[in-house]
Amino acid sequence: MNFKLVMLWTDVMIFLLLTVAIVGGWWIMQRPHLLLPWQRLFRSRVGMVSLLVLSVFVATGLLDSLHYRVALPDKGNGQAVYAAEVLSVFDTLVGDLRSQTEKTYSAPLAVFLYAKESIETPEGNTLRDYPRLKYGGAHLLDPEHDHAGDVAKRSLVGIFVGGFCGALLVILIVSVAAVRSGTPAGVWIKARKNSPVTAMLVTLALMAMLIGLIANLSGAYHVLGTDKVGQDVLYLSLKSIRTGLVIGTVTTLVMLPFALFLGIAAGYFRGWVDDVIQYIYTVLSSIPGVLLIAAAVLMMQVTIEKHAGWFSSSIERADLRLLFLCLILGVTSWTGLCRLLRGEALKLRELEYIQASQAFGVSSLRILSRHILPNVMHIVLISVVMDFSALVLAEAVLSYVGVGVDPSTNSFGTLINNARLEMGRDPIVWWTLASAFSFMLVLVLAANLFADAVRDAFDPRLNRTGIA
Amino acid sequence: MKLLMFIPLFLLGACDGGLWNNPYPANDKNVGDKGQSVFYTVFTERPKHLDPAQAYSENEYIFLAQIYQPPLQYHYLKRPYTLIPQAASEMPNVVYLDKNNRPLPASAPAEQVAYSLYEIHLRKDLKYQPHPAFALNAQGKPEYIGLSKEVLSKYYLLGDFSHTGSRDVTAADYVYQIKRLVHPAIHTPISGLMSEYIVGLKDYAVTLQKAQQVMQGQYLDLNKYALDGVEVVDAHTYRIKVYGKYPQFAYWLAMPFFSPMPAEADQFYAQDGMQQHNLTLDWWPVGSGPYYLSENNPNQRMALSHNPNYSGEVYPNEGEAGDREAGLLADAGKPLPLIDKVVFSLEKETIPYWNKFLQGYYDAAGISSDSFDQAVSVGVGGEANVTDEMRKQGISLSTSVATSTLYMGFNFLDATVGGDSEKARKLRRAISIVVDYEEFISIFANGRGVSAQSPLPPGIFGYREGESGLNHYVYDWVNGGPKRKSITEAKLLLSEAGYPNGLDEKTGQPLVIYLDTTATGVGSKSRLDWLRKQLDKINIQLVPRATDYNRFQDKIRRGDTQMFYFGWNADYPDPENFLFLLYGPQGKVDKGGENASNYSNPEFDRLFEQMKNVPNSPARQLIIDRMLEILRRDSPWLWGYHPKDYVLHHSWLHNSKPNKMANNNLKYLRIDDPQRDALRKQWNQPLLWPLWLLGISILASGWWLWRILRKREEAR
Amino acid sequence: MITYLIRRILYAIPILIGVNLLTFALFFVINTPDDMARMQLGMKRVTPDAIEKWKQQRGYDKPLLFNSQAAGTKKLTDTIFFQKSASMFIFDFGYSDDGRSISREISTRMFPSLVIALPTFVVGLLLYITFALLMALFRGTMLDIAGVTVCVILMSISSLFYIIGGQFLVSKLWHWVPISGYAGGMDSLRFILLPVLIGIVSGIGASSRWYRTIFLEEVGRDYVRTARAKGLSELRVLFRHVLKNAMIPILTGVVAVIPLLFMGSLLTESFFGIPGLGSYTIDAIQAQDFGVVRAMVFLGSVLYIVGLILTDISYTVVDPRVRLQ
Repeated sequence: MNFKLVMLWTDVMIFLLLTVAIVGGWWIMQRPHLLLPWQRLFRSRVGMVSLLVLSVFVATGLLDSLHYRVALPDKGNGQAVYAAEVLSVFDTLVGDLRSQTEKTYSAPLAVFLYAKESIETPEGNTLRDYPRLKYGGAHLLDPEHDHAGDVAKRSLVGIFVGGFCGALLVILIVSVAAVRSGTPAGVWIKARKNSPVTAMLVTLALMAMLIGLIANLSGAYHVLGTDKVGQDVLYLSLKSIRTGLVIGTVTTLVMLPFALFLGIAAGYFRGWVDDVIQYIYTVLSSIPGVLLIAAAVLMMQVTIEKHAGWFSSSIERADLRLLFLCLILGVTSWTGLCRLLRGEALKLRELEYIQASQAFGVSSLRILSRHILPNVMHIVLISVVMDFSALVLAEAVLSYVGVGVDPSTNSFGTLINNARLEMGRDPIVWWTLASAFSFMLVLVLAANLFADAVRDAFDPRLNRTGIA
Repeated sequence: MKLLMFIPLFLLGACDGGLWNNPYPANDKNVGDKGQSVFYTVFTERPKHLDPAQAYSENEYIFLAQIYQPPLQYHYLKRPYTLIPQAASEMPNVVYLDKNNRPLPASAPAEQVAYSLYEIHLRKDLKYQPHPAFALNAQGKPEYIGLSKEVLSKYYLLGDFSHTGSRDVTAADYVYQIKRLVHPAIHTPISGLMSEYIVGLKDYAVTLQKAQQVMQGQYLDLNKYALDGVEVVDAHTYRIKVYGKYPQFAYWLAMPFFSPMPAEADQFYAQDGMQQHNLTLDWWPVGSGPYYLSENNPNQRMALSHNPNYSGEVYPNEGEAGDREAGLLADAGKPLPLIDKVVFSLEKETIPYWNKFLQGYYDAAGISSDSFDQAVSVGVGGEANVTDEMRKQGISLSTSVATSTLYMGFNFLDATVGGDSEKARKLRRAISIVVDYEEFISIFANGRGVSAQSPLPPGIFGYREGESGLNHYVYDWVNGGPKRKSITEAKLLLSEAGYPNGLDEKTGQPLVIYLDTTATGVGSKSRLDWLRKQLDKINIQLVPRATDYNRFQDKIRRGDTQMFYFGWNADYPDPENFLFLLYGPQGKVDKGGENASNYSNPEFDRLFEQMKNVPNSPARQLIIDRMLEILRRDSPWLWGYHPKDYVLHHSWLHNSKPNKMANNNLKYLRIDDPQRDALRKQWNQPLLWPLWLLGISILASGWWLWRILRKREEAR
Repeated sequence: MITYLIRRILYAIPILIGVNLLTFALFFVINTPDDMARMQLGMKRVTPDAIEKWKQQRGYDKPLLFNSQAAGTKKLTDTIFFQKSASMFIFDFGYSDDGRSISREISTRMFPSLVIALPTFVVGLLLYITFALLMALFRGTMLDIAGVTVCVILMSISSLFYIIGGQFLVSKLWHWVPISGYAGGMDSLRFILLPVLIGIVSGIGASSRWYRTIFLEEVGRDYVRTARAKGLSELRVLFRHVLKNAMIPILTGVVAVIPLLFMGSLLTESFFGIPGLGSYTIDAIQAQDFGVVRAMVFLGSVLYIVGLILTDISYTVVDPRVRLQ
């Protein structure tokens, strides 16, 4: 199949971030003294389990960040023509989940629509009943009778297959590790009874079961039901993950250079540089965040409208808006980090070896990059992981206020926003809200636990207040 | 701990006769005690204007129409909508004049008519509400006019003025208001339109503009400047002279723009220091209608109270067929209004609105939002009804098709979808077929709507029922009902239009269509998703561009759109008010008019001009039929659907009938207060077990912690 | 002290000017007066004439920053920026787009905001400290771990869920309080109960956990060990010594927030229909009434700066060693 790769702005950002992370990891691996806190982190059971959970989310997000356009059948004039629709690898992987839309609401695992409708019977009468779903449980001949049994059977098969794959994976990992360390597998396991490795392996197996369960069920049912226009809620929730990750990570990525440079410069140079930088961040932080974001988002909307030609598809428009939201969230949140870094730099510059370097006439730039920067990196890391969850939560609130992501973007905020009105329905439509709730809770909880572990590992004494 | 838990309980219990969740302040109870009946309802958006010369939207008219009395009104029960006198004692007398002001017979052809003269006779018993602007001191001079800024500085509410007065409504007041329509400091939405029709109004605007510059922001006394086309005959008679033949003018006379306005009120509010305290005519109306605004807190609640000076109107004693059976004529002949006080609470969020209605705290709910969909179930025959659950509560439903239309327009100036070519027409028709409005209505409006066959909604003259009113470019008539044409047919049309299978036959590029919409709020995502799904059926890519209303309007004005979502609420129930939206000279881009799709067809325009001046008759129907055929062929809009207005009301509310044109219908409603009190009590008993559970678990865990602590201390 | 205060207040002026310039740039560059007029004039029958008239009447027909037509200092003062900004410094905010006085609106809406925010703040603070103390008391046991876990879970839930869930359970199912609304005076209790409760619950996680770490830090200090060695009971140590000393970082930390209580809570107020400053702000954002938004930005900045000054002062109050120069 021919296709054309589409790089959205946030895709670029995400992969840039990934590259930075990999290169950084490799760089740290070469330096044992830098590795120390990481080893502390790897010893934290909670931290590693949550990292594992997070990595499943990240994997989903990454798959969802590889966008492309499918080539259309050649017209014979030699010119390749591509579909207007932009898809992601994730969309292709889940396949039918995306395209199998019902007419309107259906409950999780349902076979019938959620509301009664007039149905025309073959005899030509109209009758009022719950119509069958087009896809959910369509294979059942006698849904009243077979439904429960089929769901149970599929769940068991799913759990079994998932568990089997998970077990295989665990065995593979253990045996490889055992062979490499030269001990028998049983001994290797026993030696690590209380170490995070075992916990991670157990989590891995459990997650494999869960994934197997969901995957097998979603082949025939809408596991989390469908929304108002019949889209699969599971699909929407999974798609929202990417938006959450982008907001949580790209935001910090775009704000980092400013915060780092300005914070360190203010602390190190002092004098008028300090005054100017302090002035800038006091002004920015004294404006109520929501208002600043609202103003900036409206401004960006105008810009997008005025340059409609920049975008060939709605997904690009939505993506630029997302990027801009990250940018502006970054601007409003960098002041905290900037202040912290300034304080740290003020402390560091008084240290003897830096004073000495100054005396020897080492250039300021060199001192900053060789001595100050490496010594504040742990603060940066901690604040990045701690900000993540706060940002994911903020997205939902901003979307409620109407200054969040583009309404066409799948995100937890838009999900909640739509689901909120469904609570007023009778009978109540609870599954969209419940899905958004659980996905968000798992993501943010994992992020919070991981952030705690990172903080403990890198700076047990650092007492931070403003974040989270 | 124990004590703490009981404090809120105690306080809650003390507030109100046992109902903890009563959303009204306890002192509201007194109103009911005096034997007054109160109607509880909502406003969902704070009104921007309460000045009848400026207000033009529904959320403003729900207040204004009760307070001000224009000369005419719509009959509450009769359908189709019928004008009857309100402040006028009889329907206005129209005389046609030629260009030398000589009377013409009523049958004179439209070309000969240079002017129409409307003579309006007012009822003699009209009096204004009590208001400080009319208050007189011992010397018989106005008490509160000519006050200094210092004196005024202590007045913040209208209630702060201790004295009030009143006076009779005169014809001069109606004339004064017409003059205000072009007051330089007031933005009247219809000033442009009225200047075209009312003789001399255009020049009068210029006169006032000049006078205003001389006055330098001082009070501008409109009585000093005469307006040619409007004349006071005597205290209770005035005449309006209108250019040409304009039968629709009578409808305007039923709108608050033509209410009486006492010059004293203008004078009163013009005093320096009033505006600074939000005391303006735009916020504190002075009317002669059945109610006056007694509470004005647009952030929270507004209240209308019975105007003690109002009298002389009784409940109608005839209506539409079926009204008597529905009990709508039970109060025939009783003096209006039937309710003493109307309390409007601000309810911006739909969920609280809906739940308070179910709890009995609002007497009626206009279903306006998605969240109420499930309230209504649609029967086998398509008729809507309330769910069983609600029927048990005694909630019933009245419906009527709104005099509005929600459509999607194509921009005729656009190179792809616009223009008069056969290809573009076929493309538009293909799109019209695939956007399944029946499904839209069932998903997003739960059946609360009728898919449109033309711009004219049912109930408007010119609308045809059944097969003769079918848009046969989109529907087939099958088994006695309309059936949307198949996707195959749409695909065929699309390939004839030059896009076989959604690909441009020349370039092979997929066809992408941009849709502009203002939908940025909650729930808009699912609508756009649904629309994308529709066009996907024939492989057209729809790219929605959601913007705020501002930007949207700007794009429409510049003609920078392909397709757009729009709607129109009728000003008055006449086909002219819908068809003018497609009239060439109303083109948005060229003329700044209301024709947003910039459609222009000379034949249609010619017929429009002809239709405009013809009274409702078979001849007019024929012209309209021809016009609609042209429109359907050209398909400048996806005709969309006509939403239905649903009003849900509790069993204690009587005489409720949706009436989209008349906004002044609160005076007809009646409330059975004892029944309401009883049912509210029954429905809102608090559920106590979670409270006990909570209390017990707090106590238990406290005790448990204490035990552990004691043990630890002892172990040390 | 006095000179310090004066200096801080003088220092605030350039910051406020900066805030003003920034918001002005953001709002006016994007939202031209034409846009504002269209927004205000509504849906139907809006003519270009009406827009011109609207602008002229509200003083939006002047140049933005520099008036080359005028003479002398008027070149700077006869502009939209000056006319709309200068008066803010004497807290005269002018009129909102619907013609109501913003200052008056703010003064009437401040009270409902406070009625919600103050109890949430005070009761919340007491409750969080209680929980944190309990966790510190049982530190290291399963109870502590459970408490911290619950805290982390609670802080991982979006505040939207607390509001939606709270309204659904407490008001809709249990009929305990009105689902939304507000009334003045004694009546207000019924209306504020749920919003305050939700406000408190949604803050439990983060705050209790933070206070717990402060307490634990304090518990680890030498004087506590000495006290315990003297045979004081654990409870007494905690209340007498730890609480007293830990209050210093806690109080100085929260002082900065107090002035901002005036601004109200955007979410709570709009969900519960409370006519406070938070819902005023949201409405203004949604209606794009920038006169109001800018007034609120200005007010927010002022309160923020007041908060900073209060924090500094509170340091000197609780810790005499700190002196302000």
